[in-house]
Amino acid sequence: MRPLTYAAPATAAEAVSAVRGDPQARFLGGGTNLVDHLKLGVSTPGRLVDISRLPLDTVEQTEAGVRIGTNVRNSDLAAHPLLRSGWPGISRALLAGASGQIRNQATTGGNLLQRTRCVYFQDVTTPCNKREPGSGCSALEGYGRYNAVLGASEACVATHPSDLAVALTALDAVVVVLGSDGERRVPMADLHTLPGHHPEIETTLSHGELITAVELPATPLARRSTYVKTRDRASYAFALVSVAAALTLDDDGAVADIALAWGGVAHKPWRAARAEAALRGRRPDESAIAAAVEEELREAAFGPDTEYKRPLLRGATTEALSRLLGGLDGKPGGTSEQEGAR
Amino acid sequence: MEHVAEHHPDHESPHTSQHVPEQRITLRIDGTDHELTVDTRTTLLDALRERAGNTSPKKGCDHGQCGSCTVLLDGRRHLTCLALAVAYDGAEIVTAAGLAGPADEGDLHPVQQAFITHDGFQCGYCTPGQVCSAVGMLEEAGRGAPSHVTADLEADVDLTDEEIRERMSGNLCRCGAYAGILGAIRESAGR
Ligand SMILES: Cc1cc2nc3c(=O)[nH]c(=O)nc-3n(C[C@H](O)[C@H](O)[C@H](O)COP(=O)(O)OP(=O)(O)OC[C@H]3O[C@@H](n4cnc5c(N)ncnc54)[C@H](O)[C@@H]3O)c2cc1C
Ligand code: SF4
Ligand code: FES
Ligand code: FES
Repeated sequence: MRPLTYAAPATAAEAVSAVRGDPQARFLGGGTNLVDHLKLGVSTPGRLVDISRLPLDTVEQTEAGVRIGTNVRNSDLAAHPLLRSGWPGISRALLAGASGQIRNQATTGGNLLQRTRCVYFQDVTTPCNKREPGSGCSALEGYGRYNAVLGASEACVATHPSDLAVALTALDAVVVVLGSDGERRVPMADLHTLPGHHPEIETTLSHGELITAVELPATPLARRSTYVKTRDRASYAFALVSVAAALTLDDDGAVADIALAWGGVAHKPWRAARAEAALRGRRPDESAIAAAVEEELREAAFGPDTEYKRPLLRGATTEALSRLLGGLDGKPGGTSEQEGAR
Repeated sequence: MEHVAEHHPDHESPHTSQHVPEQRITLRIDGTDHELTVDTRTTLLDALRERAGNTSPKKGCDHGQCGSCTVLLDGRRHLTCLALAVAYDGAEIVTAAGLAGPADEGDLHPVQQAFITHDGFQCGYCTPGQVCSAVGMLEEAGRGAPSHVTADLEADVDLTDEEIRERMSGNLCRCGAYAGILGAIRESAGR
């Protein structure tokens, strides 16, 4: 591990200028990803600017919804009464990730900016365009079980590992970012990028920009949201594929409003807008859901290692919507009219 | 494995000619204050084991994947291998060795006793982490925090076997003593 200096500035603005002015500096959140990468040699900063103790650690009800400070720990966010009732899909996504100990340590912003779990990215002895631009992509010919099937490029086929990010994408979250020129708001869907020719670029944030909060709008849809995750073991594993879903029905049992996002399929959380459009106004029965999933996968590229994701996406999407139709999470089961009575 | 030798902290780095930043921190460990000067790269786990001489938390994977390094940090269960010691200046840490409090040596915390009663271990390597994790988990469940397997996110927590297994999934046991661990925690939960 390279020697590094450590500082914990007292304000967010000082933290921003400390990182902004030094290309070798990185923000330190809970450290569950960054400290791992220091050990692996994946990340070699010369300076750490610890933001984990800044007082950006509250969940506040706002006129439009809820504002989550970046330092709210994943466990506290999942257990927060506002989230459990108003955005159950967010709680579910968090609870499906990592372990109790890690969730106690991991921060909101750090979770969104965690790096891919691609095994070659984490192994500095192998070529990887993301870690070392131009060196090649070992995953194209190698172990491909976790590879992307949507929006990938010749340069990189890695997937984004965060569960929380998938649920935030479905529920139209906005990320609040502090830079040297002040604050700006980035819709969750625009935070992460597709790999293209530059997989080393993963977000639209510039060096030194700090996530200070995440805002979620309160909607009837958000109150009827859930998260389904498939993995190689029952717990404490990253997603093979995952689905964040939210659903309201009209009086005839057809889809009034719907939100769908997929994890484990792309370099960023994947908003399944085509599948949403295919289901809007229709009864969400099994064949309609299967057709909508196929519609979303029209431009997907599967290989022998990832072909299994096709039926898994169909099953997980069906499972998520069935849960919502059955009344779980969005409870009690029913129509948007009932939701309106809240 | 990482080495934290007081005067050779740069052991594994190729940048031997560089200045190695150190920082002074205070950790309260099992009721006693420890003032330490640490290389900024030192993990909390190495600070506890190699510097403060508390070998209760174990280094299993050193990458957050096994839970054997779990302690209670400011009252909550926490890994120590993915934590830099400098970031925890002033923290209050309780390891499995200090769980029973400052009582006579040999006294056990009720969860520790339950692990013995229920044969919740074989080699014992994962046990300090299991025990700290269980104590932290019981506190979380006591405040009503839901888990991945909780059917109704807004209902009270009922610590069924399924709930205990899910909530303890961050602690692996290579000996497979899970049946005993489950029994020990079931008893600790008052079931
Ligand atoms: C064994 C294991 C299993 C896991 N399983 C899952 C899983 O199933 N699902 C899942 O979603 N995650 C999983 N994780 C990942 C975990 O959720 C992340 O490591 C964690 O959320 C990162 O948050 P942090 O605060 O620790 O980030 P850090 O490690 O501190 O930071 C991560 C990155 O974000 C940057 N950063 C941090 N905060 C900010 C900020 N406010 N503004 C700008 N930049 C910032 C850092 O510079 C760094 O580059 C797992 C991790 C481990 C170790
Ligand atoms: S998929 Fe991306 S992260 Fe993985 S080896 Fe290829 S370039 Fe690197
Ligand atoms: S040593 Fe910390 S989780 Fe394995
Ligand atoms: S008792 Fe041996 S690893 Fe758990």
